[in-house]
Amino acid sequence: MSAPVFIAGLGVVSAIGNNVAECLTAFQSQQAGLGSITHLNTIHSGQLPAGEVKMDNDALALKAGLPPHISRTALLSTIAAREAWQDAGLHRLRGLRTGFVSANTVGGMDKTEHFFQQFLPDHRHGRLREIIHHECGSITELTADQLGIRDYITTISTACSSSANAIAFGSRLIQFNAVDVVVAGGVDALARFTLNGFHTLMILDHQFCRPFDDNRKGLNLGEGAGYVVLVSQKVAGLLGQTMYCRLSGYANANDAYHQTASSPEGTGSFLAMRSALEMSGLEPGDIDYINLHGTGTQNNDIAEGTAIRRLFDPNYPKMSSTKSFTGHTLGASGGMEAVFSALSIRHGIIYPSLRLETPMKELPFVPQTKFLKDVPVNHVLSNSFGFGGNCTSLVFSK
Amino acid sequence: MDRGLPLGCPTGVTETQTALTTVSMQFYIRSSGNISPQNTFGQVPFLAEAVVSGPGKFSCLEPDYRQYIDAKMIRRMSRIIKMGVAAAQECLKAAGLQMPDAIITGTAYGCLEDTGLFLTKMVEQQEELLTPTAFIQSTHNTVGAQIALMLQCHNYNNTFVHRGFSFESALLDAAMLLGERPASQILVGGLDEITGYSHELLSRLGLYKGAGSRGSAGLFSGQSSGTIGGEGACFFVVTGSRREGDWASVDAMTTFYKPDSMQTTCRYVDSFLDSQGLAPADIDLVITGRNGDFRGDEIYRHLLKDVLGNPCHIPYKHLCGEYPTSTAFAIWLAARILQSGSVPAAAGTGPAKTIRRVLVYNHYHNIHHSLFMLTAC
Repeated sequence: MSAPVFIAGLGVVSAIGNNVAECLTAFQSQQAGLGSITHLNTIHSGQLPAGEVKMDNDALALKAGLPPHISRTALLSTIAAREAWQDAGLHRLRGLRTGFVSANTVGGMDKTEHFFQQFLPDHRHGRLREIIHHECGSITELTADQLGIRDYITTISTACSSSANAIAFGSRLIQFNAVDVVVAGGVDALARFTLNGFHTLMILDHQFCRPFDDNRKGLNLGEGAGYVVLVSQKVAGLLGQTMYCRLSGYANANDAYHQTASSPEGTGSFLAMRSALEMSGLEPGDIDYINLHGTGTQNNDIAEGTAIRRLFDPNYPKMSSTKSFTGHTLGASGGMEAVFSALSIRHGIIYPSLRLETPMKELPFVPQTKFLKDVPVNHVLSNSFGFGGNCTSLVFSK
Repeated sequence: MDRGLPLGCPTGVTETQTALTTVSMQFYIRSSGNISPQNTFGQVPFLAEAVVSGPGKFSCLEPDYRQYIDAKMIRRMSRIIKMGVAAAQECLKAAGLQMPDAIITGTAYGCLEDTGLFLTKMVEQQEELLTPTAFIQSTHNTVGAQIALMLQCHNYNNTFVHRGFSFESALLDAAMLLGERPASQILVGGLDEITGYSHELLSRLGLYKGAGSRGSAGLFSGQSSGTIGGEGACFFVVTGSRREGDWASVDAMTTFYKPDSMQTTCRYVDSFLDSQGLAPADIDLVITGRNGDFRGDEIYRHLLKDVLGNPCHIPYKHLCGEYPTSTAFAIWLAARILQSGSVPAAAGTGPAKTIRRVLVYNHYHNIHHSLFMLTAC
């Protein structure tokens, strides 16, 4: 990668905390955020556990500075993006060209599905304000307007790799000198649409998920938002503080196997990881930690594990799935896990995979099961693989 | 910028609002596959006659999909997926390209039909006894993914979903990839569909002229508010290295978001021309996004008169209707006009001279503004 792009700020809201500090505490105490569904009104609450953000819409709205009737997606996005923005200290600089590249998978669906309850029996009914922010891009604009960002705004939606692609695209905007700063990441709020959709696919675990366990039964959905502030070298110099890390590599590949399933050999995952490493100029042995996609489904974990074996054998870095804490947050996961990757480098910590008891017998490696601190972490690989075969890997370097 | 690409923001537009992110990098349109409300798909004459719509909406003329898609898959696919996949296949065929180096789509609404289907069943059946097909096909990246699957294409694959910037972002992504690897050939497209629900709801939101209006033929008569709903699936193969037979060159493009006044809009357009070293007189034709909405069209009138010096101009939404990714149709129109040198009567009246340079300017609800400069190859 020619022009280096740095990470200057982080923001996150998830089932394990409403900000970066709370999430770090939860990791240290190995405290997952999974549980019974309480905020989403669904017949599956009590049956299917999920990783909900522990605030209702009124409390989120107050924190976000938006009206409480706005989609939960926009509330979560605004809270995390603002934390990242303030963390970077960008309010101290003027005259920078700034972009906001966000991602989500179902936009304001939480409101649309409520609207449809009134609309379907009588098409003249339903409050229109519940659908005006249905579009994915509309959620991005609500947050961009709150942050006052307007030089470049866009939204990416490639299922579960959406926000990893947002970070890669944001980095390229800086490298092409189209902007100086990009707030990049993604968001998704738990919605009945997605919960029921994943339920029909029979890939939701009725217990807490167990990524990379031989007896894994599926994933738990989660919700949240995660953003990083990407800056050019020039802006990094102007800001003055120590950067979290560099985004040293990224790659996007397609599995081209099935609309929802990964190929058994993890072709897309392998290509994404290999190309991202190539861009960063690193050898597999240089990676200290892999933040796995690690959803806990039969299919993902064997495909991802097989691709890792092919690329890393016999030098396996430490690895774990933070989805065992947060649930799978879909369009937000790449952004949230980018935040966790940057924190791993900054603090020298490795997160555990929770509830991993029986390692997968097909794989020669076992993910980390205990929280580690004071470990030198120089390079982190973060995986995000999605429906439609969309696979993206990011590499973060000290 | 060490790649020697002249990118960046023109100076002089920072008084009230900051940068205008202009990407000035040349790439070429090699081919297109365009399913639209007009006869635009496959080997057909260039807009031999205008198809007109009734009031309210302007739907695509769909081809026989059997030559593009397996019969079993046709039954399972929603309209937008079929339109997208067929347009992409036709586009690749026209370019003689089997494996694109990237597949990039822009769609504001995504797969609305499948979304509506799953949503309706979920609400009506109170979350019980649901089946996965509509959910699986409802994700916004379905079309890009289906194209990759059919081609067995493992290359870069991305989907942009940002309202009136969806296609623009996809094209910028393609332009940056071409900046990195000029010889690449990239499949990039914009697509959106009208469904029963979407038309009903957008009508309730006041976007369209009422049932008493005259449809596409009367789109620009009178001074009423609202427009006509449209749809389309239009793909291009673009490349950074020119070849004989390429349709047109895209020299520069830019977008700007929520300009705070008409003056700001004018200044942005002016500085876009400046950044290309062009004066209004250098432009042979302006293609505008006029859509018949009296208030929104004021912006075009103002701009044509005050900034662009009353150039020769034509609209395009009387051919495809209004939708968030309609600029894909506009780029197709511009490229075909540059290829043929003149404006077909169905589109409007062009200048007497051969057209060598076209400016496309569209705004979507005065929120998303986009500008493209194209020249003949």
